[in-house]
Amino acid sequence: MNQFFSFVKKEFFHIWRDKRTMFILLGMPVIQIIIFGFALTNEVKNAEIAVLDQSHDAASSLLVNEIKASRYFTIAALLHNPDEIKTTLQENKAKIILVIPSSYGNDLKHLNAAQVQLIADASDPNTATTLINYASAIIQDYQQRINTNIQIPFAIHTQVRMLYNPQQKGAYSFVPGVMAMVLMLVCSMMTAITIVREKETGTMEVMLVSPVRPMKIIIAKAVPYLLLSFINIASILLLSVYVLGVPINGSLVLLLAESILFTITCLSFGLLISSITDSQQTAMFISLTGMFLPTAMLSGFMFPIENMPLALRMLSNVVPSRWFYEIVRSVMIKGSGFEDVWMQTMILLGMTLLLIILAVKKFKIRLE
Amino acid sequence: MNAVVVHNLSKNYGKKNEIKAVKEISFEVSTGELFGVIGPDGAGKSTLFRMLTTLLLPDNGSASVDGSDIVKDFKAIRNKVGYMPGRFSLYQDLSVEENLNFFATIFNTTVKKNYDLIKDIYVQIEPFKKRKAGKLSGGMKQKLALSCALIHRPVVLFLDEPTTGVDAVSRKEFWEMLMKLKSQGITILVSTPYMDEAGLCDRIGLMQNGKLLSVGTPKEITASFSQTLLEVKSENMYALLQQLIAYDSIMEAYSFGEYHHAVMKENFSIEKLQQYLEEKGNKNVVIKNTVPTIEDCFMQLMKK
Repeated sequence: MNQFFSFVKKEFFHIWRDKRTMFILLGMPVIQIIIFGFALTNEVKNAEIAVLDQSHDAASSLLVNEIKASRYFTIAALLHNPDEIKTTLQENKAKIILVIPSSYGNDLKHLNAAQVQLIADASDPNTATTLINYASAIIQDYQQRINTNIQIPFAIHTQVRMLYNPQQKGAYSFVPGVMAMVLMLVCSMMTAITIVREKETGTMEVMLVSPVRPMKIIIAKAVPYLLLSFINIASILLLSVYVLGVPINGSLVLLLAESILFTITCLSFGLLISSITDSQQTAMFISLTGMFLPTAMLSGFMFPIENMPLALRMLSNVVPSRWFYEIVRSVMIKGSGFEDVWMQTMILLGMTLLLIILAVKKFKIRLE
Repeated sequence: MNAVVVHNLSKNYGKKNEIKAVKEISFEVSTGELFGVIGPDGAGKSTLFRMLTTLLLPDNGSASVDGSDIVKDFKAIRNKVGYMPGRFSLYQDLSVEENLNFFATIFNTTVKKNYDLIKDIYVQIEPFKKRKAGKLSGGMKQKLALSCALIHRPVVLFLDEPTTGVDAVSRKEFWEMLMKLKSQGITILVSTPYMDEAGLCDRIGLMQNGKLLSVGTPKEITASFSQTLLEVKSENMYALLQQLIAYDSIMEAYSFGEYHHAVMKENFSIEKLQQYLEEKGNKNVVIKNTVPTIEDCFMQLMKK
């Protein structure tokens, strides 16, 4: 036992004395959460809208006020003639333009129907779509309110409820994603690198010619990173709850337990990489392409798995982070219990066992 | 009893085993002996040491260390030998003290318990015990590495080129330490490319291209040098060497420090050689009989 503690202590020294790496390891989740939370968001707040109101009456100004009151839009300009539409968009003064025709007030009053036009700058299609949806929703909403007094037959009102994430915040999907990515990086890449470094510097050679069991070397290597990952999980969860306002709806214990399971999956993958490589560069390259990229691309965190071609969908099944991502999303956002994620947990557990067996089998007790 | 017994040991590298690093080597090292494996870079010394320390599996032959087979009983060997690899293999970011303590605990012992064994070596680096191992000088690194390899009082100590890249004074000190360790009853196998260190060993094995050319005490090996050896000097050393090589009764000539060494055939005469060299225009020709060194033996064995 003394042997083991001495090993773990040594590992901590390595981490502690390499301040730059330690800073990256502990700072990375914070930075990622902040970047994803505030910079890389597809929500639009305070988008500039320009209004060309040709109707100029009570009805049209009610509609304009409705837009103005929404926190999604700020009115950047009030246009006076249709020629200005083009220049406003070209000069980037507004991303979307609401055109109210001169007949609007009249039509509404007499025909019970009126038209408005939304013109969006679709050079950025994602933003344009989002803005159009926001603006349409505001107009719909307004329409329903003025309709309440008037009987219109056969109208179907769709009531949409966005469950679990009513405001459709991006944070809800990327917090689980960032967790998967950070754990992957810290555990897989760092453990792989530290073991391979011992091979490179020759200390592994000395270590092998000693009574220490190889399993002990491996576990001692993994323990500090397990702890570091725990700090990272905690900082990600704290940031997402207190800074991004993402709630933890499910059981915290379950969430932590699943995270530890995934951490162990990553650690065993890192160990496997270290067993089959001899240089730090190769180890880094394999962990990046073998773990990091699939986590980003195939876990469903950036691109929905449902939209992928069959081959990629199949491939995503063998990416452990895909299952972890599903688990965290269910537990954290939907508040699911273990009974809802047991299948994913079993898959992850199976992958972990397989990786551990492979890593131990591949661990070289000699130099070749 | 023999501490190390090697029988027909071979090791090949490469996909088709085309690189033969060690070729059917056999030798024995008695308990308490200081045995030197002498040979140039690429002779196969490290491969041999790695096989004996169970780091590599031999392709052929067998060997035992302190009675344990290097393949079957590799765990037993790992418990009782000390190994110091060719390049510095300690943790550079740990201090001298931390390295030593770490190696003591992984061998299930403490620095205190075996302090008397490493005392002579460790006192020299003790003033720097808080310094990171990576910041030590070459000689000090070797002393620390030796301390770490000794901390568990190994039965057999394997030192792979411990003095390569170390300055002359540190080299001398290092060998003095080995002598002391020997007197404590530890069997030591040391490899070195420096021929001048051969004389400090009890017995040596000369190694070249994976083969053991000769094994014996340094005296036995130099005594086996059958020809007469002359040392020759003149003002123009370069031209002199060419002329010596061209001379009939000389088997071989090579530069050796200040002099050239000439291995003579039978029926030669120093007078005739002197005459020949002066005719060729050499000034201040000095020709002397000399005692063959290990290096001379090595040169001769290599050519065979």
